[in-house]
Amino acid sequence: MPISTEPLVVNIGPQHPSTHGVFRMRVTLDGERITDAEMIIGYLHRSMEKLAEERTWTQNIPFTDRMDYLAAMTGNLSYCLAVEKLAGIEVPERAQYLRVIFAELQRIASHAMANGTFVNDCGAWQTPLFYMFREREKILDLFEMTCGARLTTNYMRIGGVAFDLPDEFMPGLRALLDELPDRIGEYEQLLMDNEILLMRGRDVGVLSPETAINASMSGPMLRGSGVAWDIRKADPYCVYDRMEFEIPVGHNGDCYDRFTVRMEEVRQSVRIIEQAVPQLPPGSHCADVPLNLRPPEGEVYSRIESPKGEIGFYLVSDGGPHPYRWHVRSPSLINLSALREMVVGQTVADAIVTLGSIDINVGEVDR
Amino acid sequence: MPILSPWYDFRDLGNAAARLADALRDIDAPEGVVYALVGLLGAVGVLLFVGLTTLVNIWVERRLIGRMQVRRGPNRLGPFGLLQPVADAIKLMQKEALTPRLADGLVFTLAPVVIFIPAILAFAVLPWGEKMVLADLNVGVLYLLALGSTNSLIVFMAGYASNNKYALLGAMRVIAMLISYEIPGVLSLLAVVAFTGTMSLSGIVDFQANYWSWLLFFQPLALVIFLLGSTVELNRSPADIAEAESEIIAGYHIEYSGMKWGLFYAVELVNSIAISAVIASLFLGGWWTFGLEEFVPGWLIFIGKIYACYFLLIWFRGTLPRFRVDQLMAFAWKFLLPMALVNILLVALEITVWEEFDLSAGAVLPVFAVVNFALAGALVAGWARVMAAQFERFPRRARLVPDIDVPLPAEGGGHAARAAV
Repeated sequence: MPISTEPLVVNIGPQHPSTHGVFRMRVTLDGERITDAEMIIGYLHRSMEKLAEERTWTQNIPFTDRMDYLAAMTGNLSYCLAVEKLAGIEVPERAQYLRVIFAELQRIASHAMANGTFVNDCGAWQTPLFYMFREREKILDLFEMTCGARLTTNYMRIGGVAFDLPDEFMPGLRALLDELPDRIGEYEQLLMDNEILLMRGRDVGVLSPETAINASMSGPMLRGSGVAWDIRKADPYCVYDRMEFEIPVGHNGDCYDRFTVRMEEVRQSVRIIEQAVPQLPPGSHCADVPLNLRPPEGEVYSRIESPKGEIGFYLVSDGGPHPYRWHVRSPSLINLSALREMVVGQTVADAIVTLGSIDINVGEVDR
Repeated sequence: MPILSPWYDFRDLGNAAARLADALRDIDAPEGVVYALVGLLGAVGVLLFVGLTTLVNIWVERRLIGRMQVRRGPNRLGPFGLLQPVADAIKLMQKEALTPRLADGLVFTLAPVVIFIPAILAFAVLPWGEKMVLADLNVGVLYLLALGSTNSLIVFMAGYASNNKYALLGAMRVIAMLISYEIPGVLSLLAVVAFTGTMSLSGIVDFQANYWSWLLFFQPLALVIFLLGSTVELNRSPADIAEAESEIIAGYHIEYSGMKWGLFYAVELVNSIAISAVIASLFLGGWWTFGLEEFVPGWLIFIGKIYACYFLLIWFRGTLPRFRVDQLMAFAWKFLLPMALVNILLVALEITVWEEFDLSAGAVLPVFAVVNFALAGALVAGWARVMAAQFERFPRRARLVPDIDVPLPAEGGGHAARAAV
């Protein structure tokens, strides 16, 4: 007698330890295998893009902290670059170098979080996460001594950065830079030579380069699929054109590749900071920009390479003190768009790992 | 032994119990009362040990995991945070134990209670000393295996009665694990039983004492298989797929709260100790340690060995990511099962050679040890090679390219275009 069966619909999220916030995935299961998946977002929608239209250009900077709160510096930077482009503001060289240093520190911190939680999603009992947090903590300490905040830094300003470096910053940074390569080596030993992690990551959540490009993916997602694309190289901003670094790319486009790409990017970030520190010129850290900035009428799109991918701002000015339109192209949201293609046909455990490897931040997905 | 044989010889509490029984018989107490009293005494002893170790283990495990994770672990309550488990227990008792409306109330309530039964029963057959064993069953190994499967069934009870989809997934995984891991577990212990010629745990320890060696040296493969198999049965990392924190949240006990949840938590620790104790007595000589038991109470040695094995389990948990459910099943059927069969074949061969040619143990056992270790090493290394081969298609590290390899649109926008203008 055939047993009558029916598919099982399971809600993964919005309250789930591995959805990295309040993201919800409605999966239809046949046993452990996923036959359909539906992404439901909007649980953290704060209507930032509309609220921003009521605030002045400068007042909007804190919003960019709270989008991707794990990479506040790059959010700040992207927005400030867009406004500067719109208003035609020249940024002092020192500020440009400081921006690069802080953006790269932020990239290390964000990737430490991403890789730590990825291995956690693979089932390691918090250990790699705590190791990664150890380094992230030191970076956050550097942020704190510079601008007083650890997560929502609000450090970049239109025309430069808010504060110059305090005296104790450089020794702290030096110690961190000396320590990081060894630590990364340790983590690679612990994680990359780990067969269980390979089993969990290889051929799981495979994203072909074609799909990645068609879905407008960016960042480690795109590079994991084997497409060498980095806005720091393709469309350099600040002083990245003076820096020497390489782009890590994956081989197969699976979760493990995205993990290794992030690991390698941390090394490259250390390399960039090592180059930027001796070149750091003296001078002003911020251009003289009127507090009540009124950029000329017009529109602009400006993008940078955030830890999660291409974060871009599309700004429209009507010449007034407020933006007319304030739109964010957030990498988390767009990288999420191919999740269905990646998880259908895999198991529940794979779906969690795949979601972890995308490294979403729901604050940025929903804004 | 003869010098220190009076009742206060605490090296083997079995002596004290025997003296109590003799004293009771001297005053013509009925045999049933003697049996019940001595049994009760032993049972209280076992329960005391189980209760105390559970409390201590909560601290030990959290503290060690904390150390492995470069943090301190519980250190606030009492000296070195030792009172933390007590505070946890008080908190859990105060919490409301919810039962979901659609759950099967009876089974749901029963599961956390009955899950303790096999966990505690397992301690009955463990030899703590030469005479210090509560129930010296002549089918001890079989009894332990039977208890192990009961445990999985109760976990399924909990998952199924919760009427929760995550719990159901966890329960299904438990059943799949039960079917897969019973077989290599049984086969690995079968080799041990065949080698020692007894199923009684104290018999196996006596065997090791007689031949002045631990079984670990003759049965490394069985130890590996049993250790890996039992981490799965214990639901511990790297095989905690039934509760899989990051996937199905807490799996079978997702709906449990308060002390009901606390019982599941405690039973996990009790089971870990039970499995460690089984490994300690089967493979590490139990209370016997190359003559050390003459000076140190055997049960203290045994507890030391239990904690050594338990440390290994904590270490696994602190280090390894989790297998996926199908990978775990493949591991049982493709690795553990063939290994166990090869091991049984080898043991059968050795026993036959030993008995047919009537060789002396001193001549034959070292040869067995070398052969078995060589074979175990070769098999494990070979299998690891085969397993790694499937990942050799791609390098393990990312490829580094100096520049972008995607053509830029002719009409470039963005920062570069602005710089050019």
